[in-house]
Amino acid sequence: MLEKKKKAVEDFFAVLPHSISLGMKIDFIGDGEVGMSMPYDKKLIGDPKTEVIHGGAVFSLLDTCCGAAAMSHPDQKGPTATIDLRVDYMRPATPKQKIKAVATCYNLTKNVAFVRAVALDENEEKPVAMAAGAFVTGG
Amino acid sequence: MAIKSPEPVAVIKKRRNKALSKLIKSIPYISFLGVEFDRRGDEITAILPFKNDLVGNPNLPALHGGSIAAFLEISAIIELSWMQIWREIENPKLKADYLIDLEILSLPKTIDFSVDYLRSGLPRDSYARAKVNRVGRRYASVHVEAWQDNRDRLFAQGTGHFLMPQPN
Repeated sequence: MLEKKKKAVEDFFAVLPHSISLGMKIDFIGDGEVGMSMPYDKKLIGDPKTEVIHGGAVFSLLDTCCGAAAMSHPDQKGPTATIDLRVDYMRPATPKQKIKAVATCYNLTKNVAFVRAVALDENEEKPVAMAAGAFVTGG
Repeated sequence: MAIKSPEPVAVIKKRRNKALSKLIKSIPYISFLGVEFDRRGDEITAILPFKNDLVGNPNLPALHGGSIAAFLEISAIIELSWMQIWREIENPKLKADYLIDLEILSLPKTIDFSVDYLRSGLPRDSYARAKVNRVGRRYASVHVEAWQDNRDRLFAQGTGHFLMPQPN
């Protein structure tokens, strides 16, 4: 992967205020593939009875990771924006565990980038959530 | 038979507002995003006052897709729970000062949530209203619309499916 491109993606995603407030970190950047993680935090709790974090926080991580994957695709020029994103919540994220997401931009056309992602906690056998979406291409 | 006089409006409002605020305050993520709720009768509008922490692209600036999705999902969950609570607190068979015990109340769980980003979210307050299109014993389907200045110009909409809490 081109260092210049990698740096552009890194710089773009390092300064998003909402991502910063959720504590998101980039784990790796490849060609159309990005890994990100988000630490557990009590302020993200969505269900006080179980202390499981809110689906919206997982959605944010997946959306950010998918956007980064779309941007890191070799044929993608400039930044991107979400057209639509669907998230399936397959099981509650285990409280006190970090959430990791890996997104892949598996197809890129003139106008649309198609992206899929998976969110995991420490049990990597069973995903917490999966996402599929479309993103704007061409900058 | 004596006609029962209607409840004073202040009593009714107090009961409803107390139940709604108890529900909202029980969820930390709602305060984290700063979502507020406006209640008119049983109808609630979710409000997301603008703050910098919600921004995705700081160059435009535009709201982060994640904060928009979370706002929509919160609206849907609160609408579903509020319908449940409303049925209980407005049940004439129960005592007038009956307040649902939220320690016992379980929240609906999201099965899936899908968001359409129609326009970029401007750096200003957002509003959302959820409509429960179907609710059964186990599953519910909810549609949420969000707008900023103009009710007719939606900037995002979402549809989600939820697993309803099961009575013990």
